[in-house]
Amino acid sequence: MTATQKRIIINRLALAFSTLSAVIALAFLFWILAVLVMKGVDALNWNIFIYEGSPPGYEDSGLKHALIGQLILVGLATLIGVPLGIMAGTYLSEYGKSSNLAHVIRDISDIMMSAPSIVIGAFVYAIVVMPMGHFSAWAGAIALAIIMIPIILRTTDDMLQLVPGTLREAAFALGAPKYKVILDVVYRGAKAGILTGVLLGIARVAGETAPLLFTSFNDNFFTTDLNEAMPSLTVTMFNYAISPYDDWQQLGWAAAFILSMFILGLNILGRLILLAGKRK
Amino acid sequence: MIDKIFLNMTRTSALLILFIVAWIFVVLFDHSTEAMRTFGFDFITKDEWAPNVDKFGAYAAIFGSVASTFLAMLLAIPVAIGVAIFLSEIAHDKIKGIFGVSVELLAAIPSVIYGMWGLFFFVPILRDIFGGMGIGLMAAGIVLAIMILPFMAAVTRDAMNTTPDILKESAYALGGTQWDVIKDVIIPYAKAGIIGSLILALGRAIGETMAVTFVMGNVHHTPRSIMDPTTSIPVTLANEFTEADSSLYFSSLFGLALTLLVMSFVVIAVAKFYFLRKVRKGQ
Repeated sequence: MTATQKRIIINRLALAFSTLSAVIALAFLFWILAVLVMKGVDALNWNIFIYEGSPPGYEDSGLKHALIGQLILVGLATLIGVPLGIMAGTYLSEYGKSSNLAHVIRDISDIMMSAPSIVIGAFVYAIVVMPMGHFSAWAGAIALAIIMIPIILRTTDDMLQLVPGTLREAAFALGAPKYKVILDVVYRGAKAGILTGVLLGIARVAGETAPLLFTSFNDNFFTTDLNEAMPSLTVTMFNYAISPYDDWQQLGWAAAFILSMFILGLNILGRLILLAGKRK
Repeated sequence: MIDKIFLNMTRTSALLILFIVAWIFVVLFDHSTEAMRTFGFDFITKDEWAPNVDKFGAYAAIFGSVASTFLAMLLAIPVAIGVAIFLSEIAHDKIKGIFGVSVELLAAIPSVIYGMWGLFFFVPILRDIFGGMGIGLMAAGIVLAIMILPFMAAVTRDAMNTTPDILKESAYALGGTQWDVIKDVIIPYAKAGIIGSLILALGRAIGETMAVTFVMGNVHHTPRSIMDPTTSIPVTLANEFTEADSSLYFSSLFGLALTLLVMSFVVIAVAKFYFLRKVRKGQ
C-alpha cells in the first residue's frame, strides 16, 4: 500500500467517524424530541388550560395554575432584568468602551452567564425568602432576573457596538446631547438586535427550574398573590414527573411540551428578527 | 442635566452586576461559616452526611459532581468534536444550515426535560442491561453528556470556523486530504478556541441540576462502582434545601453551594481568560 492510499483510507475512516458521531448525536436528540412530542401531544387537551391542579385520580385536573404562574414569574423577571440589562449594556458600549472597568464588568458578567443557576436560587433564598419568612413569586422573579441580566447585557453591548460611529457623530454635529444620541440614534439602529437579545434572554430563563425550587417554590392551586409561593411549569413538571401517579406524570409531559414549544418559538422568532434586520 | 442622570443610571446598572456577584459570594460565605467552623476541612474530605446526628461531610457530593461531569465529558467530547467537524467541513451547505440551527435549538430545550427523558426512557434500558436500579453515576453521566452535547458542538464548531479559508486552501493545494487539513491545519489553528469551548461546556455541566436530579439517586455514599446511586452538589441542594431543619444543616447546604460556585467560577474563568482570550487576540 502506498503512502497516498494509506492517507486516503485514513481520510475516509476519519470522515466516516465524524459523520457517524453526527448521526449518533442526532439520533439521541431526535429520540428525546420524539418522546417529548408524542408524550406531550398525547397528554394535551382543553382541560389543561381550564383546570388547576388537583389530587391524583381526579378527572378535572389541569395546568392553568402553572401556566399563569409561569407567565407571571417570567414576566416579572423580564420587567426587572431587561431594563437593568439594557442600561448596563448601554453603559459598557457608550460610556465605558474599552476602559478597565468596562472590561472587568464584561468578564464578570460573562462568567455569571454560565454560573450554576441553583446557586443563584440559594442566594435569593438567603436574601429574600429568609427575611420574608416564606416563599414568594418575588423571590422567584428576582432569581430569574439575576440569570437574565448578563445575557441582555452582553447582547445589548454587542449590538450597540455594531452601530457605526459616524451615525453618532452626525447626531452630535447637530448639537444633540449624548443621551438624545443614544436614545434616538443608537437604540434605533440596534433595535432588532436588542429585541433578539431580550427574546433569547426570556427563552433562557423560562426553562429554568433549579433557581425556582426554593424561591417561588410551588403550589398546586391558582394564585396571583406575588407574596405567596407561586407555581411554575418547570417546578410542576419536576414534581409531577417524580410522583408515582400516572395522571400527574401525563400532566408533566404536557407541561414539558407546552414549555418547549414556547421556548423554541421565542428562539426562532429571535433569529427571524435578527435575519430581517440584517437584510435591510 | 438629563445627560448626567442618564449616565448615572446606566453606570449604576453596570456596577450592579459586580455588586450582585460580590454579594452572592459574601452571602454564601456568611451562611456557610457555621459549617466551616464546625467541621473545618472534614467538610470536604468526609463523606458521612447524616442530618439526624448533625454530621455533614460533602465529599460524596463533590466526588459525584466531579465524577459525573468527567464521565459526561469523556462521552461527549469525541462526539461533539465529530459533530463540529461534520458541521464545519463535511456537510453540504444546506445541511449545514438546517443541522446547525437544529443543534442550536436543541441547546435551548430546558434541561429538566432531558432529566425526565432519562428517568422514564433511559434508566429502564440501563436497568435491563446492567441490572440494579439503573439510577446512578452512569445514568447521570450519560444524560449529562447528551444534554451538554448541542451546546458543546455549537461552540466547538464556531471555534473551528475561525480558521481562515486561505489556510485550508493552501493545504488542499499541497495535495492534503480533508482529514489532513482538519488535523494539521484546522485543529492546530483553532486549538485554543476548541479547548476553551470544551471547558466552557464543562463549566455548564458541573452546575447542571435538573438533568441529573432525576437519575442520580441522591444517596450520600461515595459510589463503589459506576452503576451505584450517588449524589452531586446540585442534586443535594435541589433535594434537601427545603427540608433542612437545623441551622447547621442549612449552613452545610450553603457550604455546598459556595463550593459549587467556586468550582464553576474557576473552570469558566480558565476557559474564558486562558483559552478564549487568546482566540480573541488572534483574530
